[in-house]
Amino acid sequence: MNSLPIFKRLVEKPWIWSYVGMIVVWLATISYTGGKGGADVLTAALSFATFTVIVGIGQMFVITTGPGNVDLSIPATISFSGAVAMKIMDGSNSMLLIGLIVSLGCGLVVGVFNYMLIRVLRIPPIIATLSSSFLVLSTAIAYGRGLKIKPPGLLAEFATAQIYGVPILAIVVAGFAVVMGVVLNRTIYGRSVLAIGQNMRAAWLAGIKVEKIRFATYVLSAVLAALCGFVLAGFSGGASLNMGEEYLLGSIAVVVIGGTSVAGGKANVPGIWGAAMFMFLLVTMLNTFGASAGVRLILTGLIIVTVITIAGGDKPQR
Amino acid sequence: MIAYLTSPKALRAALPAVSFGIILLIIWFYSPFAVSYMGLNLMLQYAVPITLATIAQMFIITVNDLDLSIGSFVGLTACIGATLLADTPILGILALAACVAAYVAVGALIHWRNLPSIVVTLGMSFVWLGIAVLVLPTPGGTAPGWVKAIMGLKTPFVPFPIVAAAVIGIVVHFALMRSSYGVVLRGAGGNPKAIGRAGWSLLKTKMVMFGAAGFFGVLSGLALIGLTSAGDAHIADRYTLFTIAGVILGGGEFVGGRVSPIGAVLGALTLALTPQLMGFMKIPTDWQIGALGGILIIVLALRVLINRREA
Repeated sequence: MNSLPIFKRLVEKPWIWSYVGMIVVWLATISYTGGKGGADVLTAALSFATFTVIVGIGQMFVITTGPGNVDLSIPATISFSGAVAMKIMDGSNSMLLIGLIVSLGCGLVVGVFNYMLIRVLRIPPIIATLSSSFLVLSTAIAYGRGLKIKPPGLLAEFATAQIYGVPILAIVVAGFAVVMGVVLNRTIYGRSVLAIGQNMRAAWLAGIKVEKIRFATYVLSAVLAALCGFVLAGFSGGASLNMGEEYLLGSIAVVVIGGTSVAGGKANVPGIWGAAMFMFLLVTMLNTFGASAGVRLILTGLIIVTVITIAGGDKPQR
Repeated sequence: MIAYLTSPKALRAALPAVSFGIILLIIWFYSPFAVSYMGLNLMLQYAVPITLATIAQMFIITVNDLDLSIGSFVGLTACIGATLLADTPILGILALAACVAAYVAVGALIHWRNLPSIVVTLGMSFVWLGIAVLVLPTPGGTAPGWVKAIMGLKTPFVPFPIVAAAVIGIVVHFALMRSSYGVVLRGAGGNPKAIGRAGWSLLKTKMVMFGAAGFFGVLSGLALIGLTSAGDAHIADRYTLFTIAGVILGGGEFVGGRVSPIGAVLGALTLALTPQLMGFMKIPTDWQIGALGGILIIVLALRVLINRREA
């Protein structure tokens, strides 16, 4: 085997740059600390990236169905599902399964509601998911008032457990990402999502059940957001009402940085992991350098704008 | 006449005014005294900055984009207004001009690279917030005296917020709906290809619209500190959601350059009244955002019904 073609093939992968960025940022961090804490930083990055990856995959499927498709209700769904799950389980291990089912059910309801708004009321997805997120967030606030319930011991243990410095949750979600990669590239559902994103009309003429696929996609995104809320509440020792906040930018940013086309029709799963790690390591690096909160915010924003500028918006196909 | 009044077009145009009227009517029902000069002045206090920010969002929506950064941008201009503008007016004016220029640049970038505006503005919202935190790390500062004086004006007979909202609505209406370049600007949202073929620069329309949005964002920030008299980086975080809701409530379509300045002003006033209405109806504040979502969905549903008759 010649090594050059492999290298060339790697460079052509859209997700490779997120991994390059991740390694550069990590090296910059550990060279600043003189090599200390390099492994700990990676462990922390794996832990926190996991949650962004879960919602990022859902957001990726939504964005891939074409321009104008985006799920802005993810943060509200995370908070809602976390609050409901914590309250139902009430810290008891025996309720774990029921809590998970109810939590995923919350996601299912939000997803179906989102799609109803889009389909029945013909509201553009951005406005539809935004309006429903207001309702969901209010429900979470009203329901979770004064919520200070610890997650069941088993869930907290599972969410924070590590093997040789690798979080168990990260391994599970990595496996899930592989499955979703296969779903995207090798199943009728995944191929249909890509086809709709490339040209909705052509996909419809080719006999793809466009509306069924879109329905499944919005439900998938909401259910994954609910799942994220469930494990995130376990990880951080309870649900809080603003715990979903950072995932609005997070979920969209990892999709874009990971090399998925925002114009739809082109997606990849590996990039989401790379981008999620990159985003966390970037903040860690800026913290290590002693940057103030203001500088950190500015650089985070500028990097997202720079990445999207370089990636460019593909001309929408019509 | 009756045929015209019940035509989809007239109904659609009347929807914002009707929703505002209904909310006012319910408030009057609960407390007749609230709908007086003093009461309206108090209830609509914060309507002016919300209206200005909503107009800014409307400019962006006109050219088929969406601004998810307007809230933090208003926060930034409020911080600059409460620090630089009050201490060294020249520097303050330069800084605010630079903010508007930055908006023009964002518009140019979005057009040049054909970027999705929600990703770019979401990224920019972090930049504005970061600068605001650097300018004013903790809430404070003081608004310039003249800003406070303008916002504290006592107009005869009609409360100042209503007068200000009317002036804003009418000025923008004539600039965007009645001027010939306004037609080009809206056309750039409705049918960019046609406008481009007719020889107009689409880059310029985008820059003009983003610049106008930046300008109104600055005005909104100043109006806000005129009321609060101090600045805070997070002072206007909710404005991003409020302004999008305001434009939609005011009859703006999400794509296609179909917007209405007067409607947007009414939408903003409706939004400003909603919390008061919920207060009168004794609905817990937990449901305030939820009510916003509910009102949005109801109005959009009504509009679908009206449009269906047109089809």
